[in-house]
Amino acid sequence: MNPIVSIAANELRRLFLSPFAWIILAAVQFLLAVFFYLLLSKFMESTTWQSNRGLTEIVVVGLLQVSGLVLLLIAPFISMRLFSDELRSGTIKLLLSAPVSITELVLGKYIGIMIFFLSLSALIALMPLSLLAGTRLDLGLLASGMTALFLLSSVLAAIGLFISSLSNSPAIAAISTFVVTILLWIVHIANDSDNEQLQTIINYLSLQKHFNALLSGAFNSVDVIYFIIISTLFIVLSICRLDALRTHQ
Amino acid sequence: MNKETLVKVEHISRYYGDHCAVDDLSFSVSRGEVLGFLGPNGAGKSTSMQIICGVLAASDGNVSVAGHDIIDEAKLAKQHIGFLPEQPPLYTDLTVDEYLKYCGRLRKISSNNITSSLANCKERCGLNDAGGRLISNLSKGFQQRVGIAQAIIHSPSVVILDEPTSGLDPIQIVEIRSLISELSEDHSVILSTHILSEVQSSCDRVLIINRGKLVLDESMLSLQGDSKHSCCIVALQKPPLLEELEKTDGVTHIDVIDQYRFRITYLQDICTPAILANTASTADWGLFELIPEHDSLEQTFMRLTLDDLNHVQQSTLSS
Repeated sequence: MNPIVSIAANELRRLFLSPFAWIILAAVQFLLAVFFYLLLSKFMESTTWQSNRGLTEIVVVGLLQVSGLVLLLIAPFISMRLFSDELRSGTIKLLLSAPVSITELVLGKYIGIMIFFLSLSALIALMPLSLLAGTRLDLGLLASGMTALFLLSSVLAAIGLFISSLSNSPAIAAISTFVVTILLWIVHIANDSDNEQLQTIINYLSLQKHFNALLSGAFNSVDVIYFIIISTLFIVLSICRLDALRTHQ
Repeated sequence: MNKETLVKVEHISRYYGDHCAVDDLSFSVSRGEVLGFLGPNGAGKSTSMQIICGVLAASDGNVSVAGHDIIDEAKLAKQHIGFLPEQPPLYTDLTVDEYLKYCGRLRKISSNNITSSLANCKERCGLNDAGGRLISNLSKGFQQRVGIAQAIIHSPSVVILDEPTSGLDPIQIVEIRSLISELSEDHSVILSTHILSEVQSSCDRVLIINRGKLVLDESMLSLQGDSKHSCCIVALQKPPLLEELEKTDGVTHIDVIDQYRFRITYLQDICTPAILANTASTADWGLFELIPEHDSLEQTFMRLTLDDLNHVQQSTLSS
């Protein structure tokens, strides 16, 4: 078996062995179900605030917007153990002495946690899809929204992966990941510079702007590339960090 | 007959900031050899072992395992290594079987062979009945066995064990030692410890490392019977002053046992018990007992590590 697959499978197995992952899945599902119900009942009752927006735009996009925020809050707790646990318990020595490259090791861990986020996204998607039983949905908009959620989780996982390799304390890793991802989410708020170029750069860095753009159904390659660049950057940083552990520890 | 060299360590050094943990260390291990790696705490044993396994990178020097460089051909080299660090690298939330299967897959055992490899290593480590148990529920001795099992599951040519008996009770120590003796039948073993009897009971060759430097590299046979230094107990009715005794050619150290008895350490090339007897009779010291002692590993270890420590303490006090 490919070592990346073995590491990913082990990561996933260990994640689901603890009650933590199950509690997170259940809590997120419950919280989003409440939001879904509220959005749906509001849509059914009122006619004034809709302003020509359809069910998908109001209920589905609204739900996915909240899902993005919830993901931002829970991702650090899912990613905190990835490497910090290995560093704390010494199991990193098992991985570093095995015939596995550091790139394979990092990718295995990353894929493992991404499968968890995919399962979470699939559970979230079940709610809007259930509407298909009674009405029609804008499936293109739903697909774009789900892509936004997937890309957001790929960035959050990569940042969490890197930060967990910096500390052997999962709690410190979680808090640091939380701070970094929130900053990246709201960085555009601090944009009061007169310099237009700087404004463009800060706006481009904002995680929220790209996420919202994809949610609105505007599938722009600039947004997709942003998510890919940030994810790749943090994966590469994780590889460099683990390599540095061997040389500069 | 020349045995195949499996591990070749050439001039490795490792710095932690300004502190030099390993200083220009070179040695090699042949196929089937059991090498004891001795040294006081903080001597650089664990660092050296981690460098050999590729867990740490050396600041300088090369390590090759089965002809493959540990940095340039890391995957090929690591395929031949089984490593048990000082703290066994266990996922305590997995069962023994789950954990060992994962270790086997990491070491690239094919799916067809994993079941037989798992059964084999469990059999050898006495874990047959523990397969379904959670690692966190096992005793320290059994956890150590699981640690050894993960190191041998892929039948590596070299098994590297870093203080495998630390923290175990006497019965567990005996069990782990017998397991190590069994391992030496099929694998080359590098065993790090600061327990001298462990080396005496299970090793073919001993390396003593002190403050990062290699201070002794000898086979157990030559250490027990053919050392450069030797000791004898001398009893004299009319002992001279200690300074006079020390003037005898080849005498390097004298311990006073009581008023009449002395333990004399001498260089075998220069001095022998016969020469000592001759000197005593010429000088009329009243020699009435002369018992040659073989230089034990403990004496060698103390001489090589304590002399240096005393030297350091003296220079610290004088500065």
